[in-house]
Amino acid sequence: MKPTPSFNRSLWVYHFNSGSCNGCEIEIVATLCPRYDPERFGIRLVGSPRHADVMLVTGPVVKKMKDRLIRVYAQIPDPKVVMCIGTCGTSGGVFYDSYNLEGPIDDIIPVDVYVPGCPPRPEAIIHGVVVALAKLERLEGGSI
Amino acid sequence: MTLTAVVGEIILWTVIVSLFGLTAGLFLLGIDRKIAAHMQARIGPRLRQPFIDIRKLLVKENIIPENAIPWLFNLAPVIALVSSLVILLYIPLGSLHSPLGMYGDLILVMYLLTIPALATVAGGFASGSPYATVGAQREMVTMIGYEFPLAIVVIAIAWRLWAAGVAHPFLLSTIAGNPVWGLVGPLGIVGVVLLLIVLAAVTPAELSRIPFDTQEAETELAGGLLVEYSGRNLALFSLTTAVKTLVLGALIVAVFFPWNLSSFVAMPAGIAQLADLVFFLFKVVLVMSVIVTLVRVGMARFRINQVVTVYWHTFALIGLVGLLLLMADSALAGVL
Repeated sequence: MKPTPSFNRSLWVYHFNSGSCNGCEIEIVATLCPRYDPERFGIRLVGSPRHADVMLVTGPVVKKMKDRLIRVYAQIPDPKVVMCIGTCGTSGGVFYDSYNLEGPIDDIIPVDVYVPGCPPRPEAIIHGVVVALAKLERLEGGSI
Repeated sequence: MTLTAVVGEIILWTVIVSLFGLTAGLFLLGIDRKIAAHMQARIGPRLRQPFIDIRKLLVKENIIPENAIPWLFNLAPVIALVSSLVILLYIPLGSLHSPLGMYGDLILVMYLLTIPALATVAGGFASGSPYATVGAQREMVTMIGYEFPLAIVVIAIAWRLWAAGVAHPFLLSTIAGNPVWGLVGPLGIVGVVLLLIVLAAVTPAELSRIPFDTQEAETELAGGLLVEYSGRNLALFSLTTAVKTLVLGALIVAVFFPWNLSSFVAMPAGIAQLADLVFFLFKVVLVMSVIVTLVRVGMARFRINQVVTVYWHTFALIGLVGLLLLMADSALAGVL
């Protein structure tokens, strides 16, 4: 299913913690605060994956969270975008090659946008959303 | 007029009022979000953001969970939207013709108001998710909580109209035609203000807004009743909220602020109806931005046991005091 123009003016975000240290969570909350006001662009934090368009995944995916991550990903209705927030999800970060990791995230579910940083600044997360929007627009244009 | 003509006219007006209700309701949600954003020193979304949200939800996939009851799960949002549109047909919108206005009264509207809530409860139970089940139970408890204060308001206003010798006191057109403020003395004015406070307190619960949104609590119940709904069904529930916002605004305006522009300024009939409609929408926006937006920005959520205490103790008491003041007022005026 191809996204429409109203899709990227109304991104509802669901946040999934796959074993993060809470640094990225704090930055995500800071991004949603009045200072950056993402509601200007129709971005809203929702509590249920069924309502979501964008899934923000943080953390390096520990063993116990792998099945949950797959399940929550499947619960989000299509079309959907997955954003990987923080270095842990991108590569494993400081936990690289650890015995209890199943990650990084793109080994388990397809990731559209990576936002590196430990933790990434709110500006970086917003830039990631802009990149995701550009990707959605390319999808609308049919160039991917 | 023949029966066919009457039925045809009702159907025509039903379509017009429904389209108006959907559009105005979504704009009301947009205004609510914009004003809330400004109260929090934000810029906020565009005014037509709710329309964009609905259009997005309509292109999204519509997931029916494996352990849901599919027919009830899909039927609930339709019933919720249709029944909230039906309420709109009974309520006067400005001086506009209300298609079913003479066939039902305030008591019927009170009963009809429970149907969208009951439909969401049925949908919540049918989704087969523990979060939705807890949400549905909380919605029922909230309904039990706010029905009593709501009934007190309805009875008190209609009783005062009856005591003043107005015929058919429960008809909404009668209530809108005889502003209750003009009928009562100083004691009664205090009583009516108390009743207005009670109705204003019931409104956020009817709309599942903070501080009475325990059934949808995002942080604890992940969306509560609506947790399993996505795509088209979620869009229908959003439209229900939009229409209900207009319905409750219109109800408060009809009961407490029914004045029309055309009764103060002489105007040709066509322009008068348009001016009344614009004035009516202005009143609805004003009322809703105070009792929904201001309250939801300024308050945190009540726990479910607090909801019942607040309604049964605080607001039922305020309502009963209001009712007693109205009775004392009419006794002083020598009506009884």
